[in-house]
Amino acid sequence: MYYLRRLLFAIPLLLVISALAFALVRLAPGGPFDNERVPASPEIQRHLLAKYHLDEPMWKQYLRYLGDLAHGDFGVSLKYRDHSINDIIAEGLPVSMTLGGLAFCFALGVGLPLGFFTAANRGRWPDRVGSWLAMLAVCVPGFVIAPVLIMVFAVKWHWLPVALWESPLHMILPTMALGLYFAGQVARLMREGMLSAMQSEFVTAARSKGLGENELLFKHAFRIAVLPVVSYAGPMLADLLTGSFIIENIFQIPGIGVFLVNGSLNRDYTVVVGLSLLYAMLLIGLNLVVDFAYTLLDPRVKYE
Amino acid sequence: MFFLKRAWRFYLPARFFFAVGQLAARKVLPGGRRQGTRLVSWKVNPAGIQPGNVLRVTDPRAGDCLRRGLAILMLVICFGLTGCLRQDPPADVTIINGAEPQTLDPQIITGQADMRIVSGLFEGLMRLDPKTARAVPGMAERYELSPDGKVYTFHLRTNLVWSTGEPITAEDFVFSWHRALSPDLASEYAGQLYYIKNGEAYNTGKLKDPDQIGVQAVDDHTLRVELEHPTAFFIDLCAFSTLYLVPRQAVEKYGDSWIRLRPLPSCGAFELVAWRLNDKARLRKNPRYWDAANTRSEIIDLLPIASATTALNLYEQGRADIVWDKNLVPSELLDVLIHRPDFHTFDYLGTMFLRFNASRKPFDDPRVRRALGMAIDRQRIVAKITKSGETATSGLVPPGVANYDPVKGLEYNPDAARKLLAEAGYPGGKGFPRFIDLVYGSKLYVDTGVEIQQMWHDTLGIDMELHPLEWKVYLGAQAHLEYDVAQASWIGDYNDAMTFLGMFTSEDGNNHTGWKFPAYDRLIDQAGEQTDVRQREQLFQQAETILVRDEAPIVPIYVYKGVNYFRTNEIQGIWQNLLDDHPLQPIYRVRPTH
Amino acid sequence: MSDLRPTLSPGQQAWRRFRKNRPAVVSSVYLAVLTLGILIWPLLLILVGGTFGQDHAPDQLSDAQFAPPSLHHWFGTDLHGRDVFSRVLYGAQISLFVGLVGTLVSLVIGVLWGAIAGYAGGRVDSVLMRVVDILYSLPTIIFIIVLITTLGELLKQSHFVTNSPFMGAALRVMLLFVGLGAISWLTMARIVRGQVLSLRTRAFVEASRTLGAGPVWILSKHIIPNIFGVVITYLALTMPAIVLYESFLSYLGLGVQPPMASWGTLIAEGVGQINPIRIYWWLIIFPGGVMVATLMALNFIGDGLRDAWDIKAR
Repeated sequence: MYYLRRLLFAIPLLLVISALAFALVRLAPGGPFDNERVPASPEIQRHLLAKYHLDEPMWKQYLRYLGDLAHGDFGVSLKYRDHSINDIIAEGLPVSMTLGGLAFCFALGVGLPLGFFTAANRGRWPDRVGSWLAMLAVCVPGFVIAPVLIMVFAVKWHWLPVALWESPLHMILPTMALGLYFAGQVARLMREGMLSAMQSEFVTAARSKGLGENELLFKHAFRIAVLPVVSYAGPMLADLLTGSFIIENIFQIPGIGVFLVNGSLNRDYTVVVGLSLLYAMLLIGLNLVVDFAYTLLDPRVKYE
Repeated sequence: MFFLKRAWRFYLPARFFFAVGQLAARKVLPGGRRQGTRLVSWKVNPAGIQPGNVLRVTDPRAGDCLRRGLAILMLVICFGLTGCLRQDPPADVTIINGAEPQTLDPQIITGQADMRIVSGLFEGLMRLDPKTARAVPGMAERYELSPDGKVYTFHLRTNLVWSTGEPITAEDFVFSWHRALSPDLASEYAGQLYYIKNGEAYNTGKLKDPDQIGVQAVDDHTLRVELEHPTAFFIDLCAFSTLYLVPRQAVEKYGDSWIRLRPLPSCGAFELVAWRLNDKARLRKNPRYWDAANTRSEIIDLLPIASATTALNLYEQGRADIVWDKNLVPSELLDVLIHRPDFHTFDYLGTMFLRFNASRKPFDDPRVRRALGMAIDRQRIVAKITKSGETATSGLVPPGVANYDPVKGLEYNPDAARKLLAEAGYPGGKGFPRFIDLVYGSKLYVDTGVEIQQMWHDTLGIDMELHPLEWKVYLGAQAHLEYDVAQASWIGDYNDAMTFLGMFTSEDGNNHTGWKFPAYDRLIDQAGEQTDVRQREQLFQQAETILVRDEAPIVPIYVYKGVNYFRTNEIQGIWQNLLDDHPLQPIYRVRPTH
Repeated sequence: MSDLRPTLSPGQQAWRRFRKNRPAVVSSVYLAVLTLGILIWPLLLILVGGTFGQDHAPDQLSDAQFAPPSLHHWFGTDLHGRDVFSRVLYGAQISLFVGLVGTLVSLVIGVLWGAIAGYAGGRVDSVLMRVVDILYSLPTIIFIIVLITTLGELLKQSHFVTNSPFMGAALRVMLLFVGLGAISWLTMARIVRGQVLSLRTRAFVEASRTLGAGPVWILSKHIIPNIFGVVITYLALTMPAIVLYESFLSYLGLGVQPPMASWGTLIAEGVGQINPIRIYWWLIIFPGGVMVATLMALNFIGDGLRDAWDIKAR
C-alpha cells in the first residue's frame, strides 16, 4: 500500500520536474535553430519555429508536450531531427545500462574482497595499504583516472582499445574507470562492517566455541558485514546509471549520458526535458526498490 | 540477427537486475534477520547459548546461496560480454568524420560533417571533382545555357536508378527542388535555390503554386531551369546538397520520416547500412549507381568523434584510417604533427575575421575601426596561435577563389593606427570606452582573443575584455547586435567570391555588423548580374576594397588551412582542395589489412 | 561508579581521541600548510615583485610554453607559459572556497530543516521530510547541469552583468554555491532530524521543558550542542564531495570560467594534453595530485572525527 502511494506520488513529482526543465531550457538564451549561418530569408526561421510549435506561448507548448507524453511520446529531437527521443532512449539506454551494470559488478567484485582482506589483516601493513588504496579510489575523479587508464593500457602497452564500444575488450577500461570510485566505497563499507561484526557478541560467542579464525571470518562476520553494502547497492546502481556521461564522453560510448550534456548546450529542448524525466523515473524507481530491500533487510524498518 | 542482438541488449540488464535481486532479497537477507533476532536473546541470557543454536547460525545453506548468487553474477557478466559483441565485419576504410550528423536528409542538413556522408548517399545534377572540387557532370550528362545566361537545359543520364530499383526521371528533380523550397520543410539552406525563378517567392509564402517555380521536366531525361538573373555559380550550386535528388516515392509516402526507411533509397555511390547516433554510420557500395565501376571501396565506416585527442588516439592505434576535420587536430601538437608525412595541410576557402558592431559607439566611426584593424599583427597570431601554416590576410576573399584576384586591406601599421585613433578623438586611447570582445569559448578563439587584447593595449592604449561564451549564446549575441567586437569566421559554400562578399550587403541575414553602405550594395548587385568574368571581378574588387580598407566593418585576420591526416601508402583517392571536399567514391585502401 | 579523574567534556574526549589518529593529524597539518600557502603566496609575489613576481603571477602570459618543472617553475608552465604552481594555488582558492561555502550552505539549510522537522514532529515533520524525499528523487547532477547552463547564460546576458565582467565571474561561482549546496543538505537534514528526534524525548530536555523553556531555548541550548559532533563530522565528509562535484562541473566546462581557474579546469586542461605523441605530465600530475591529496586529507579528517565522536554508521 505504501509503495502504491509512493508510486502515485511520483506522478505530480514528474510533472513538476518536466515543467521545471521545460521552462529552464526555454528561458536560456539562444535557441535550437540559431546557427552560424542565418537562412537566406527570415521566413524560413519562422516556418521552422512554426513546424515545431516553438512560436506558441510556453504554456501551450507545455500542454501539447504533456498530451504527447500521455501517449508515451517524448517528442522529436530538435537537433537530430530524424530521431525521436524514444529512439534515442531505445538506442542509448541499453548501452548505458550495460556499462552501469558492468561497473556495478566491478565495484562489488573488487570492493568486497578488498574490504574483507583489509579487515582480516586489521592494523597490519596490508590493511594500511589496502585502506589507503580504497581511499585513493574514492578521491580520484573519473575524468582523471580514465585518460590515465587509456594512456597506460591502450596507448603505451596496446593491450586494450582506446575508445569505442564494440567488443568485450572495449568495455574493460570504461568499466574500470566508472567503477573504481564505487569499488573504493564498497571496500570502505565492507571493512567497517567486518570490523564491527568481528567485535559483535555473537562472533565472540562463536570464537569461544573454538571455531577457526578463517571459518569465523568467512562464515559469520562476512554475512553480517555485507549487509550495509547491500543497502548501499541501490543508490550506487542509481549513481552508476545516471552518472556515467563523463566516461561515455571520454570513451565515445553511444549511451544516453552524452545526449543530456550536449542537449543542454545545443538547446535541444525535447532531449533535455525527455532525458531529465527519464533519469527522474529511474531514480524514483531505484529508490523504491532500495527502500523495499531495506524492509526485507531489517524487519524493524517499516514504511507506512 | 539484428533483432536477436537487440533483444540481447535488453535482456542483459533485466537479467542483471534479476540476479542482484535474487542475491540480495532471497538469499542473504533471511540469514541476516535470523542473526539479528538471536543477538537479542543472547543479550538477555548469555549463559543460554546452545551449541545447536550457533550451529544453526552457520547454516551451510546460507553460504551456498551466497555462492550461487555470485555464480549467477559471473554468468551474467559473461553473457553480457558475449551479448554485446557485434559481428560487424571490418570496414575497408574507417573515417573519423567529426560532429555527429544532425540528419541525413540532404535538403535539411547544414553541417560539413553531415554533407560529407550525404554526398556519398545522394547526388545532384552535378557532382564535385575529387581533385579540384569543381562541379562536373553528375546525374546530368551535359547541359546547355541560353545566350542570356538565364535558362539551363540539363540532359540526364539514361541509366539512372535508385538503389532500391525505381528509375530516376527529370520529374523527380522537379519534385525534389519543389520540396527543398517548400515552406513546410523549412530548409535552412533553401536560399541556395533562390536564384531559380520564383524560388524565393514560393519559399517565403508569397507564391502558393509550385508550378510557377522555374524548373520543369521537358521529358523524362530533360530538365529546364529558368533563373531570376544570370548566376555565374549556378552550376556549382547544382552540386550542393540542398539541390540533391530525394526519392520521390518514399517522401510522398512517409513525409519527413522517409530518411528512417531501411533500406534507404539512395542515388549516390553508396547506400546506408546502418546509422546509430554517437556510434557510426556504415555505408556499402551501391551497385546500381551510374558510375559504380569507379567506386573503389566496398564498405566505409564514418565515426562521429568530436574530441581531437580521441581521434588521434584511434588513428595512432590503427582503428581509423582518415581523420578529416580541422577541429580534430590537437592544436598543441601541431608543431610535431606538421612535419609528419601523413599529415596534410592545404589552402581552404575559409577566413577568420573580426566583426565590429557599427551600430554602437565608438565603432560607428570608420576611423576607429580602421585604427583597430591596423593595430593587429596578424603574423604573430598565425605564428604563435594557429600554427598549422595559415596565411595572414588583410582581404576577406581567400586566394584561389575562381576568377578572382583578392585585394589588400589594412596592413599592420602601428603608427598610422595611432594617428587615426587620435584623429577620431582618442589620442593615445584616452577616453576610449572599455569594450567587450565576444568569443566562442573554444581554445583557438580565446587564445586569439588574448593576443588581440594585448596588441590593442600595447599599440593603442585601449582596453578590451574577453567574454568567452557558449556557442548558441555567442551566435545569438551577434545576430541581435548585442556586442562590441566579435571574432567570426566564414567558410565558402561554393567557389565564388559572392559567397564571401554577398553577406555584407545591408539586408543580408549574415551581415551581423549593423553596417549599411548603399554603394557597396549596388556593386554587389551589379556583380551578381554581370556575365562577363573580367567585369564581374572588377566590381567585386571595388566592393571588397570598400569592405576591408575604406570602411572596415570587418577586419580579416587569416585564411584557414584545411587539415587532414591519413597514411598515403595505405589510403588513396583523397586529394586536397579549396573546398575541403572529399567525395567518398574514389577513396580506397591500398593494402588490405587482412 | 564514581570516577576520580577530572571529567572531560565530550568535546575534550573527542579531541583526545582525534589527536591519537595519525592519518587525521597528518591530514590536518597538510591542510593547514595548504591554506597558509594559498594565503601567503599572492602576498609573497607582491612583496618579492620584480621578475620573480612577474613570472609567477597566475595570469601572466610568457613565451616559455610548456616548460617542464624546474627550479624556476616548480610545477612547470602551461600552453600560455603560465606558472603551474601559481595556478594550482590560485585554483585551490576557488575550489576550496566553493567547497567551504557549499558546505556552509548545506549546513545551514540542513541543520535548520532537520532540527525543525525533528523538533516539531507530527504534520510539520512529515511535510518537511516528504520534501526531502522528493528532492532525493531529483537527478541532482543533471539538474545542476541544466540549471547552470541555462540560468547562468540567462543571467550573463542581463544588463547588470554585461556591464561588469567581475559580476559575470562571481555569478558563475554563486550559481555553483547554490547548486552544490542545494544538493548536499538533504542527507544532513535527515541525520539531524534523527538525532533531534531521539534527543527530544531525553530526560534533560523534558526537564527543561517542564521548567518552561521555549522551543528556541531548547533547540539552541540543549539540542544543537548535542548534535555538534555529528554535524561537524558530516561536514568534514561533505566538503570533499562538493570539491569533487565542482571539479566535475568545471571539467564539463560548466563550472568557473576562464580567466578564473579551479582544480577542475586545471585538470581538464591537463587531461587535454594526454595524447600518444607526448605527454606534458606536469599539467595533470600536479593539479591532480594536489586535489587528490586534499580530498584524501578531508576524508581522513572526517573519518578521524567520526571515530573520535564515536558515531555509528547509519
